Amino acid sequence: MATISADNHGLRLAVRYVVLTLIAVIFIFPLLFMVMSSLKPSDQLLRDTASLRAFLPVGDIGFDNYTDAFSRAPVGLFVFNSVLVTGVTVLLSLFLCSLAAFSFAFLKWKGRDLLLGIIIATLIVPFETIAIPLLLLVSKLPWIGLEGLQFGWLNTYRVQIIPWIADGLTVFLFVQYFKDLPRELIEAARVEGASWWQIYRRVVMPLAGPVLATAAILKFLVMYNQYLWPLIVVQQESYRPVMVGLQYFFQLDTAWGEIMAYLTIITVPVLAFYLVMQRAFISSIASTGVKG
Amino acid sequence: MADVKLRDIRKSYGATEVIKGVDIDIADGEFVVFVGPSGCGKSTLLRMIAGLEDITAGTLEIDGVRVNDLEPSRRGIAMVFQSYAIFPHMTVRENVAFGLTINKVSKADKEAAVANAARILQMEHLLDRRPSELSGGQRQRVAIGRAIVRDPKVFLFDEPLSNLDAALRMDMRMEIGKLHQDLGASMIYVTHDQVEAMTLADKIVVLKDGQVMQAGAPMDLYHNPANLFVAGFLGAPSMNFIPVSVTEVGPDTVTVSSPSLDAISVPRKGRDFTTGQTATLGVRPQYLRPVGADAGMLHGTVVLTERLGSETVVDVKLANGSKIIAALPQDMVMSPGEAVSFTFAPDQAHAFPE
Repeated sequence: MATISADNHGLRLAVRYVVLTLIAVIFIFPLLFMVMSSLKPSDQLLRDTASLRAFLPVGDIGFDNYTDAFSRAPVGLFVFNSVLVTGVTVLLSLFLCSLAAFSFAFLKWKGRDLLLGIIIATLIVPFETIAIPLLLLVSKLPWIGLEGLQFGWLNTYRVQIIPWIADGLTVFLFVQYFKDLPRELIEAARVEGASWWQIYRRVVMPLAGPVLATAAILKFLVMYNQYLWPLIVVQQESYRPVMVGLQYFFQLDTAWGEIMAYLTIITVPVLAFYLVMQRAFISSIASTGVKG
Repeated sequence: MADVKLRDIRKSYGATEVIKGVDIDIADGEFVVFVGPSGCGKSTLLRMIAGLEDITAGTLEIDGVRVNDLEPSRRGIAMVFQSYAIFPHMTVRENVAFGLTINKVSKADKEAAVANAARILQMEHLLDRRPSELSGGQRQRVAIGRAIVRDPKVFLFDEPLSNLDAALRMDMRMEIGKLHQDLGASMIYVTHDQVEAMTLADKIVVLKDGQVMQAGAPMDLYHNPANLFVAGFLGAPSMNFIPVSVTEVGPDTVTVSSPSLDAISVPRKGRDFTTGQTATLGVRPQYLRPVGADAGMLHGTVVLTERLGSETVVDVKLANGSKIIAALPQDMVMSPGEAVSFTFAPDQAHAFPE
């Protein structure tokens, strides 16, 4: 009996590994194709797509596509813009949305549940519906900068950041997480004399690792992949993000090799961010296995 | 250290009143236990004293000051929660010092206070650990330590031992009792466990449905329960209740009888009876003495015998079908089916009118 069940166990394990490997391969192949293609001249790249050679570093291999990509477009500037806009938005979003969620989860005030309902309802509004009204709004908004009072936010970093800080999904994620924290922790802190701000900073946020990681990853992906909004509000190259920058490679002749090189470059920040957050995510999971 | 006064305290959620006018006086340094079945409002009452629930009506005074509208932290209380509520991301030291850190107490004072609490609770060796590395009893110690360092006027305990296993519960119960002796602070303790109530309390407050059923010294409540509820709630095994009818009402005594009970005169204790009415006679299992059939007042047959070691508990079915329990000395053995008779001293019995 024991051997049969052990064999069964081994078989199940084998099946599981095969399935997982297949899934991993499915997810890795496009990336592999991208990286390998970025090393090949365009004509060879197109020829190789007909066979498995597309995934292998064979033939005329080199980094020419990368140097060409850098000379065709200010790649470094685009990556810098995207990382700056994304980073600032993620940080502000985590801070402001968690503060809002703290209020929704722990404070009592009139109209709280209604307002939360409205915020969550905004999840079903697609961005395309509000893009034009939002454009009209930001084109006239005032701003006090180094040059004094100005009107219109077009062609700036702030127009790419501020409208994206607060969103229903992030608030909702935090509210759900906060509501699951033991209520007695909050009450104990109150009895000990902590202000609401101190409870937020010293008790709730140190325990919010998992939801911080989740919200940060989701927000990062949304922001880094921004295309439509910066396309509308940024005409100057100096504020342009990576996804809009992709246009440079579709003019006159489509240089597939350079496109693949460009995509490989702009994928690096995403992978780096994910790896960092994954570690934070796992370590925060490990420290929450505490009752009370 | 301070006295606590509750005057006609009420709590409503919408139209539902859950605390229905409670008056309690807690003297300086007194250990008061709120006890009652689930849903009787004892925890709500404690949370109202702590300031975690609003007081709908009435007055709450701590140390002579009305505190109804004060924040929890300004009432001079410290609270120990059932789930410990210690912060998982902080070490024991940081947990114990939390209130002092929040209130910007100097580092030297903070360290002294933490060291003192750790010494009282014998947890010096745990100070640098995290809650996840502690057992349930140790976590509860941390929660108590956090309360001690604040030097509160009143300690509040909300079922602090109910998450612990039986052996640990007894140890911690003794420690809390000793803590009260050492600190001499006023303590309010909520439990549904009547053993904790009997052993710890200077004064027990028995609650039911948001009302005080009786308040007083443990043995006073045990010997002179004011009503059927208190009589049945305190004491283990619980008091036997025998349905009887009143045959005669005297100035100090009332005479009752039933088909399974010979007529007996028991103290009236100021209660009003009328001849012919039905009543309940209460006798604690410990006061029943087995006797020969001719000398007994209660007659029945043994249904079940449980030998607990220190005593033997016997379930007996009376002639009229009702059941009573007798707690007998450990060496006394009775077999199921055996006919038995019991007697008891009339002044140890209680008569309650219907």
